Formats: sequence, structure tokens, C-alpha cells
Amino acid sequence: MSEFRYAVNVLPKPGILDPQGRAVELSLPHLKITTVSRVRVGRRVELTVTAAAEPAARVVVDGLAKEMLSNPLIEAYAIELLEATSSTVSAVGSGTDSGASSGAKVTPS
Amino acid sequence: MRIGVVTFPDSNSDVDALNALAVAGVEPVSLWHESPDLQGVAGVILPGGFAYGDYLRAGVIARFSPVMRGVSDFAAKGGLVLGICNGFQVLAESRLVPGALLRNRSLRFASKIVAIKPQRLDSPFTHKATGAPLHIPIAHGEGCYYVDEATLDELERNGQILWRYVRPDGAPALDPDDPANPNGSLRGIAGVCNTAGNVAGLMPHPERMSESILGSDDGMQLISSFVESARTWEATR
Repeated sequence: MSEFRYAVNVLPKPGILDPQGRAVELSLPHLKITTVSRVRVGRRVELTVTAAAEPAARVVVDGLAKEMLSNPLIEAYAIELLEATSSTVSAVGSGTDSGASSGAKVTPS
Repeated sequence: MRIGVVTFPDSNSDVDALNALAVAGVEPVSLWHESPDLQGVAGVILPGGFAYGDYLRAGVIARFSPVMRGVSDFAAKGGLVLGICNGFQVLAESRLVPGALLRNRSLRFASKIVAIKPQRLDSPFTHKATGAPLHIPIAHGEGCYYVDEATLDELERNGQILWRYVRPDGAPALDPDDPANPNGSLRGIAGVCNTAGNVAGLMPHPERMSESILGSDDGMQLISSFVESARTWEATR
């Protein structure tokens, strides 16, 4: 089994009132910033899934994002894979360290 | 007859709801969020508060609590469920009533007495109301009712809009920016029901205006409608 670390980014859908984004925008003049617009405020959830392979892990995250982390009526979400950690024991011949069974880390592109 | 009031962690109007039911002459039953057993009640109120700290989104964590399994089954059998304020948010997140409650347009927590008017007097939640505006408190940060335009039209057609915020002259505060619309709700919506008509949610707190010692008993018109309908429903079982 491997561990997959994801971020789920949740934002109000286009056209949905986002008073927090608007409040941020309205405060920009106080910072003398005039070049920033279309601010949207959402939330980011990071979590780790244990699964045999990434597609299976992604199904779990997708289900959770749809069911709980976002409300599909008002919010859209995007899933980002942050890190995949293999926790399977290495095949014979590879790795002679005592720590061979733990954690090769792969950072996705 | 027994009517249940669910207590979630951080519910804060559960005792008010239990009291209003006692005033209405029924036996109030406190239901704990960790059990799906509704103890044979004839109706359920999901009270106001901040269930599970309103974490993630108001109402969403409560949706997955054991008691909501019992409530969903009860609703599917035609049992009456009334969600007040946070209870409305829980019902919306549970998809037992249509729509979502967004952060108030003002971004401010709104705590004041508002005027609402029942939009029909033949529903289980309004049939004992006079039809005149009711002055009832609100206390919420996320009460801005939202659904897409097509669903709004459908709700109008089906008669699922049970309450609207109204102006002092009694006209509905349809515009989200109308000062009589306290949170920016679309078409002035203060409460809706499901298509079957047995599950309803509203943002204002009728239980907090349920006897004259509280300042007014306007809310009792809705509580007693609910109680009477539960009695009728129980008699048919």
C-alpha cells in the first residue's frame, strides 16, 4: 500500500455571491493596491489516503470532495496530488539498508 | 404525544424548542445526536445553534451524525421535520430541503427581530397561522438563501416557499438588497419545504417568540401548526 497526500481546493462557483472575496477587494484601497481584482475566497483541505495505487486513492478523495468537503450546489473543487509515498517492502535485491521497507517519496510534477 | 428536539454538539436553541413544545401542550423529548433512535416521536425539530462548531460549512458535519440517519428515515416515511436556523442549514446540507444558506450578504452576523409572512396557509407548518406578518427573531451569519434560477421557479410553482421576509407594509422583500431582507436571500426566502411538504426549514426562530413572557407569541402560530400536523400524522399511523 502507498500513501497519497492531496489538497482539495474549494471555491465558490462562478456567479455565486462571495461576500468574503468582496470584503477583501473593498479593503484593497486601504493598502493602496489598485491592480488586484476578482478576488474569490475559498478553502483548502489537505489529506492523506492509503491505497494500492493513485487512481484508487483519487476515487476516495473525489467522493469525499463531492459528498462533504464541497457543496456542489454552490462550490467547485479541484484535487491536487501533493506527494506519493510508497510504503511497500522493496523487491528482493533492491535496497540493502535496514530502512528499505519505508518511504520512498515521489513528488509529482 | 411526544415530539423530539435533536441536540448536536453546540446546539443552543434546543432548550428553547423543548420549552415551546411544552407550551404547545406536547411532551418534549430530547434526542441525542449520537443515536439514530428517535424514540417513537411524532415529529422532529432540528434546533438552532452551531452544530459541530459550524466547521467546514454550517450543517455539513451534522449531516453525517447518527441521528440524521434516523431523521432521514423518519422523513422518508412522511414524518414531519422542522429545521430552525442551524437546523435549516443541516436540512439543506442533508439535501432534505432544496438550496443552500450562504454567508449573509452584509458579512455581518444578523441578530434582530424581522417580519416574515407565510406564503401559504395550507401547509403542515403554517395552517394555524393567521396569514399576517409574524415578528420573529433571527440570529445567524449564514442565512442567505440560494438556489439556481430554474430551481427557484420550480419552488414557486410547487408552492415550496413557505415563508418570505416582508417589509413593514407586508409586501415581500424580494430584492436581496431590500432593508427588510436581513441576509440577502434570493426572492426574500426565509424558509422552504421539500416537494412532499413534510420537511421544512426556516431561518427565523419561532420558538423564541412562543409565549407572551418572551415578548410575543407570534412564533406559536408556526409551532402549533407543526404540533397539530404531527398529531394528525400520528393518528393515521
